[in-house]
Amino acid sequence: MFAEIEQYFRTERLPHIWCPGCTNGIIVKSIVEAIQKAGLDQDKTVIVSGIGCSSRATGYLNFNTLHTTHGRALAFASGVKLANPELNVFVITGDGDCTSIGGNHFIHSARRNMDLNVILFNNNIYGMTGGQYSPMSPSGAKATTAPYGNIERPFDICNLAIAAGATYVARGNSFNTRQLTDIIYNGIANKGFSFVEAIASCPVYYGRKNKLGNAADMLKWQRDNCITKEAADRLPLEKKQGKVVTGILHHEPAPEYTTEYQKIIDKFQGGEES
Amino acid sequence: MNVTSINARLMQGNQACAEGAIYAGARFYAGYPITPSTEIAEVLAERLPQVGGKFIQMEDEIASMAAIVGASLTGAKSMTATSGPGFSLKQENLGYAVLSEVPCVVVDVQRLGPSTGGPTAPSQGDIMQARWGTHGDHPIIAISPSSVQECFELTVKAFNLSERFRIPVLMMLDEVIGHMRERIIIPAPGELEIVDRKKPKVAPSQYVPYEPQDDSLVPPMANFGEGYRYHVTGLLHDDTGFPSNSPAVMGEHQDRLHEKIRRGLHEIIMVEEVQTEDADVLLVAFGCMARSAARAVKEARAKGQKVGMLRLITIWPFPEEALRQLAEKVKAIIVPEMNLGQVVDVVKSAVEGKVPVYGICQADGEIIPPERILEKIEEVL
Ligand SMILES: Cc1ncc(C[n+]2csc(CCOP(=O)(O)OP(=O)(O)O)c2C)c(N)n1
Ligand code: SF4
Ligand SMILES: [Mg+2]
Repeated sequence: MFAEIEQYFRTERLPHIWCPGCTNGIIVKSIVEAIQKAGLDQDKTVIVSGIGCSSRATGYLNFNTLHTTHGRALAFASGVKLANPELNVFVITGDGDCTSIGGNHFIHSARRNMDLNVILFNNNIYGMTGGQYSPMSPSGAKATTAPYGNIERPFDICNLAIAAGATYVARGNSFNTRQLTDIIYNGIANKGFSFVEAIASCPVYYGRKNKLGNAADMLKWQRDNCITKEAADRLPLEKKQGKVVTGILHHEPAPEYTTEYQKIIDKFQGGEES
Repeated sequence: MNVTSINARLMQGNQACAEGAIYAGARFYAGYPITPSTEIAEVLAERLPQVGGKFIQMEDEIASMAAIVGASLTGAKSMTATSGPGFSLKQENLGYAVLSEVPCVVVDVQRLGPSTGGPTAPSQGDIMQARWGTHGDHPIIAISPSSVQECFELTVKAFNLSERFRIPVLMMLDEVIGHMRERIIIPAPGELEIVDRKKPKVAPSQYVPYEPQDDSLVPPMANFGEGYRYHVTGLLHDDTGFPSNSPAVMGEHQDRLHEKIRRGLHEIIMVEEVQTEDADVLLVAFGCMARSAARAVKEARAKGQKVGMLRLITIWPFPEEALRQLAEKVKAIIVPEMNLGQVVDVVKSAVEGKVPVYGICQADGEIIPPERILEKIEEVL
């Protein structure tokens, strides 16, 4: 454990349940580094998660943590944030959790623009249930429930977030942790719905089913196939084919929900209660 | 009580329920519109910000239920309201609130089901769903008001019980009670007891979030943001709140959830007895049907028939003890209910064959009139 971030972990709860080579832990480290860099009060920070391997992260984090039901983390988090807007609220979710069962909550949360920081761990698979395809499994990918290859088309979840009204959208991966920490940190600074897709690797199910090699090979894939938005903007179209664009993809501030609600309450100052 | 024209008002049941929530200290509501419950949301959308509270219309009932649990964890007394189709969607996170012991109040203004059923037709068809709607063995508290006054007062009680026992409390209204207008006397501030959840007395480093501190078995609850950095999960867990798959730990957790309610039965069970002292025939009724039943008692008595009523105010846990005592004395029991026999079977199992039990069961959106009950009384006497 790294001494400078140890305070953010429930060290007595370790070791974690994740498989060797899983990159969930790397992403969690970036989250706490971003929290530290932003100087957030640990007692005023709540981390909410859904159900899945990635969502188990809340159990290891030394904050008020809320491990909810499958797909519903954003709805629980909205209740926490609206009831007490002083709290910094983070949501940890998986690709299945957020984009499948939680898809409706996702688009509406993005639209509402409550000040939530959402980190989606995208390993392109349902890890916890043993390797079924998710709405973010690429076409053609193999999964236990797509034994002949996936005939569905995946979401570009960042584009969906932008279309649904998210005011901050970024993508990173578990190889380039400096970039990942930075984009989470910048999301914290955005007062509104901030969404970060973190590309993760699940060597045990997604990797094995799709013959992507070992954990190190999967990280190398991230290194070799992701390009930053800045680089992508300079490249001709044919050189960008098949690449995954990372960095801050969208930032367009808009009125934040709890702030707007407070304005309504303020009109009634002098009522029964402030 | 000092009745003045200021605190006596004409009010609808749903509105009284919403005002009762504010009186109880509710400061958070999340919901999704559905007939015949919508007025509760409309009243609270207007009223909550006036008292510094929050209202939000969520994308569906699953999200509404989730949001009130999240809000309650920050210390806000929270509520949602719905009807059958939405009540089905609440069940997932209702179970979460039971397991993780988060106080909240869920109102179900019952309409005729199943499915979209009869949106404006009254029914008492969600009584078994209230008991067993979410999966797994779990305790629950469900309350059924029979008047507009009770919509107010029992909503206050529902919040009190949810805070006291850290459990979701279901307010089982029906379309008749929810939409009926009656005179109601609004209790003065301080007139009704208000209960708040127990807070931890120890420092954050000493806090074991699910460790009971007394015989009530209800652990003190810290609010998120107060420095008590604990974990809340829908997984079975030990006293620290962290999940375990040890059969001993999981079994103990389940047992405590049930035992805390068993130990509190004397605070939870509410019934009203009407002319039961010398009754030969006992009517067992609740919600809007208790009004027909009360009328039937009156008319039967006028004819010289010894009829009484046990009105169930608390439906779950079922008031078995009160019923058993009366079953010793009466010759027959009649259960009029606007469903196809949800409570009558529970009554039968509670009286264990000591007296014959008859149901008057109807699920067509019509209220069972006193005349039908009177006919049945003639038949069984
Ligand atoms: C209502 C409900 N349906 C299904 C499940 C089973 N389930 C648990 S985790 C999971 C998928 C998780 O996938 P993802 O969100 O991608 O997380 P990962 O495990 O990959 O991190 C499913 C389907 C559940 N717990 N609840
Ligand atoms: S199954 Fe996959 S996602 Fe889950 S812990 Fe193992 S490697 Fe990680
Ligand atoms: Mg996944």
